[in-house]
Amino acid sequence: MGKNKEAENSASRLNMIAGKTNAFFNIIFTIVALMCIIPVVFIFIISISSEQSIKMNGYRFIPEAFSIDSYLFLFREGEMIVHALGISILVTVVGTVLGVALTTLMGYVLSRSDYKLKGFCTMIVFIPMIFNGGMISSYVVNTQFMHLKDSIWALILPLCVSSFNVIICKTFFKTNIPDSVIESAQIDGASQLTIFGKIAIPLSKPLIATIALFLTFGYWNDWFQSSLYITNTKLFSLQALLDHVQRNIQMMANNPTLGVTMQQYMNSMPKEGARMAMAIIIIVPIACTYPFFQKYFISGLTVGAVKG
Amino acid sequence: MRSESVRTKRKKRHWTKNDTELSILALPTTVWYILFCFLPMFGLVIAFKNYKITGGKSFIYNVIHSEWAGFKNFEFLIKSNDLYIILRNTILYNLTFIVLGMVLSVGMAIMISLLHNKRKSKVYQTLMFFPYFMSWVVVAYFLDAFLNQSNGLVNGMIRDAGNTPIQWYMKAGLWPFILIFMYLWKSTGYNMIIYLSSITGIDTTLYEAAVVDGANKRQQVWYITLPCLKNVIIMMFILNVGKIFYSDFGLFYQLSQGASGSIFNATATIDTYVFNALQSATPIGMTSAATFFQSVACCITILVANAIVKKIDEDSAII
Repeated sequence: MGKNKEAENSASRLNMIAGKTNAFFNIIFTIVALMCIIPVVFIFIISISSEQSIKMNGYRFIPEAFSIDSYLFLFREGEMIVHALGISILVTVVGTVLGVALTTLMGYVLSRSDYKLKGFCTMIVFIPMIFNGGMISSYVVNTQFMHLKDSIWALILPLCVSSFNVIICKTFFKTNIPDSVIESAQIDGASQLTIFGKIAIPLSKPLIATIALFLTFGYWNDWFQSSLYITNTKLFSLQALLDHVQRNIQMMANNPTLGVTMQQYMNSMPKEGARMAMAIIIIVPIACTYPFFQKYFISGLTVGAVKG
Repeated sequence: MRSESVRTKRKKRHWTKNDTELSILALPTTVWYILFCFLPMFGLVIAFKNYKITGGKSFIYNVIHSEWAGFKNFEFLIKSNDLYIILRNTILYNLTFIVLGMVLSVGMAIMISLLHNKRKSKVYQTLMFFPYFMSWVVVAYFLDAFLNQSNGLVNGMIRDAGNTPIQWYMKAGLWPFILIFMYLWKSTGYNMIIYLSSITGIDTTLYEAAVVDGANKRQQVWYITLPCLKNVIIMMFILNVGKIFYSDFGLFYQLSQGASGSIFNATATIDTYVFNALQSATPIGMTSAATFFQSVACCITILVANAIVKKIDEDSAII
């Protein structure tokens, strides 16, 4: 019955693909969707497998014995994990707030067609989209000119603004805030800052949600800035820690001749299951939040696809 | 007449309080752009210098006081064997990604838009979008869970079948397939949704008219959906071509665990090469030559791609 109703709702009921084709497509999409989600499930299963069964059989979908030892291990020994989690959260929150502020400010200014320096500002935003200094000169400037090496700002500042986001903002403000509203506010004596804070921002909640989400996921998932600028383990974010662990294990696997000290080091590393448990800790916040925000992302993508 | 009056109006405009206020609003972001985008652009001059760090002196002092090296840095780069490999890998991988990625995500977007049950289609979209939100570090753990030498699932199954396990992280020949697969795995859902959102924006009366004319579903896809998607496809194409000398760094670096040793030839790209050089003792000027080349080549490709598209179809160009 439900299916019938849905079919009636769609404008062209007769104009649908044949039932067989539909079933075939459904099978394809089921397989693809499962492929996308199974690795996460697999990692989760490994994280709750007992260390013995991993040693015996390797990673299996159905391990011989389950245990939550990995998580207990992380809670007990995981001072570093908790610290890294703190860094991740701090960087994400500060970065998102700063990024949204800088992006919307520039987007708003660019959307004001009567601004005298509009052409100049457009160039400032536009040129980096085509040409950039690349990894090395950014690195040299950031470490030697801005002294960001081993500073928490190295994780935050370089990712704050992207020209793409600024242009999305500009397009949104331009199409959603009528000039007449701003003019009337100006006649009432409002300064541009007041107009921005009291009119433009409250009218653009979907836009801000979109950009904030893009930034949040960007910061949460970033490991590259850490690997370039951070050597102090106290400033490791979760991703950086995960990267660090994986890299060390790989290094030891590739250099079995490094000797006893390396063996000792290996013993101090988190066990197999604990590594996967760390990965799960990173995934869970994303997995929980993202279905709710998916519609914002999609609307954001659509806004971005419109030529400004 | 009209344009003249506009011009005189423009000439008359003086700097107003409004402009001052807007300038103040634009200032923080402008400063950010100068520090993080424009200064590095001038930093590219390092590629032509014999860059030396003098202790206690500022970056600008160092740049000014380093000797000019002419094109020496570039000579080194060209003479090293790595250049050919990293250039070939970067371009070939990107071309494969562009072509396969586009065919797959456009195809899937069309297929998913044709499904009868919209709720199922939403579920598929949600699940397929999910990998996009994982960082490459996490994805490297996924891959490790399957391909790990001693514990991995695949080797476990091979062992159960009585065969010798495969050393995945040593077999260069397999890596192009692994990398391409993982790229598609991570990006298809995202790209599909971009195309899907423009498919849903297509005017339904077009389809109704086609039905009246007796077009079947396949013809509708071919003569309506695809032509309507043309602009988005071209836009995505320019954006991707513009990045052809860059590689998705996380993909190549994380999954192959640093492109080290025996799979270097199959997994090294310009970005991983530069990153590794940065972490080792390679002179900074030489690696800077690599990024200089990258920046300039990309700038040229994006402008050329845009110009070509503009010739073919004025509206599709992005600049």
